[in-house]
Amino acid sequence: MALNIELRGVSRRYDVRDKNVLDALDVTDLSIAAGEFICIVGPSGCGKSTLLNLIAGLDTPTTGEVLVGGKPVRGADPSRVLIFQDAALFPWLTAQSNVEFGLRMQGMPAKKRAEESSRLLDLVHLKGFERAYVHELSGGMRQRVAIARALAVNPAVLLMDEPFGALDAMTRDILHAELQDVWMRTRMTIVFVTHNVRESVVLGDRVLVMTRRPGRVVTDHAVEYKRPRRIEDENTARISRLISTELRERGAMDAQR
Amino acid sequence: MRSVSIAPHRRWVLRLAFFGALLVAWEILGRAGIWPEYLFPPFSKVLAAIGHGFTDKSYPIGIGASLWRLVEGYLIALVAGLFIGMAMAEVRWLKDTVGLLVMGLQALPSICWLPLAILWFGLNERAILFVVVMGAVMSIAQSTEDGIRNTSPVYIKAARNLGAKGIRIYSAVIFPAALPSIVTGMKMGWAFAWRSLMAGELLYTLPGLGHLLNMGRELNDMSQVLAVIIVIVTIGLITDKIVFGAVEKRVRARWGLR
Repeated sequence: MALNIELRGVSRRYDVRDKNVLDALDVTDLSIAAGEFICIVGPSGCGKSTLLNLIAGLDTPTTGEVLVGGKPVRGADPSRVLIFQDAALFPWLTAQSNVEFGLRMQGMPAKKRAEESSRLLDLVHLKGFERAYVHELSGGMRQRVAIARALAVNPAVLLMDEPFGALDAMTRDILHAELQDVWMRTRMTIVFVTHNVRESVVLGDRVLVMTRRPGRVVTDHAVEYKRPRRIEDENTARISRLISTELRERGAMDAQR
Repeated sequence: MRSVSIAPHRRWVLRLAFFGALLVAWEILGRAGIWPEYLFPPFSKVLAAIGHGFTDKSYPIGIGASLWRLVEGYLIALVAGLFIGMAMAEVRWLKDTVGLLVMGLQALPSICWLPLAILWFGLNERAILFVVVMGAVMSIAQSTEDGIRNTSPVYIKAARNLGAKGIRIYSAVIFPAALPSIVTGMKMGWAFAWRSLMAGELLYTLPGLGHLLNMGRELNDMSQVLAVIIVIVTIGLITDKIVFGAVEKRVRARWGLR
């Protein structure tokens, strides 16, 4: 089951000190269809992460409303799971226990949990690493565990905050393929934030471009060539060029302001 | 300065050689008759005193009494320290008030509580227990607070996101995340409690290792004094390095810390 996401007049500003305020996210309206794979690109500090936190319910908007599946978001919920750049796995738990964390919180019995985690670790190609601790896993493996841990609670919306940003290019390519595969099987709604334009083109049905200070969505590119896509595809290069040029021009404009 | 690393097995050879030489030198000096035996007994006499203490059961009884006091006081300190530490970590104004007090009192050697404890509780077990508790509680509270406060917010975020609520966030995330720091504090607390207990027992007559030490002095029996010191050092080393050291090492390894 996938859910649609609706942002209506959402903005977020933080009180930094005294009267100084930081406009993290300008007033934003956004519609994401159920089952859509959305990528958001933009320079750092453009409010991409803020946007994800607001959808996850880990942060509350200053104005406006976030609706998921037609219902307003009130606090965190396992139906919307956020995956962090550094995976945020619990280092005192094994890979298996990490995957089972959400299920344990639901009170699922151990035996059923073990079946679930074994299925999911298999799905992310980590069979045999059940008993490994986080520090024994490579960066790519950690992100795979984080994905399995998120999938375990069967979310309708998966939010990914630069999850592959710290990985080497080869590992990233493999994970792009795996993530597309997972998405095609589950068809959940994914919102994927990155500052890597090519990555956004490979993964997204749509690529939203954001600019900074205050952060806002400026353009919306539909990416329609056939999946599974790869970083070296002709189309990837062509569409990436388009978006990169736009980002550069926007950046130059910002610099002049 | 330059230090050259030595292979592990050679380090053990070095250690054995050093302690062997030390004991031989002690024995020779003790037997040489430079000082009277009641001031400087040879090692063999001290060894005999240890043997004697174990055969006449006075050492096992003393060790048992001291360790029992230690465990009792330590457990009270552990519960109190964890509670105070959690309260300080959770409540901002407690950190600014009680936190300062805890930090200040950490500078006080806990044996200084003995006069107060004697006035409050009288010359009895409870006074000693109080001193032991005060010895351990501050460092446990402090490290618990540190551990909880330094828990990465991203763990808590991830846990909430995966459906953890209320007390489960504490038991499933914050507490395990803080555990390496708590274990370090527990180890320090144990060492402080042990030192406080020995000081307390020395100043105050009741069965225990401190009492055996004092008795050695009263009987002018240096062999007994040194024998008890060796026993105290041994127990301290075993609990500190072997028991707590091993637990600390295991926890840190599993958590992926160096």
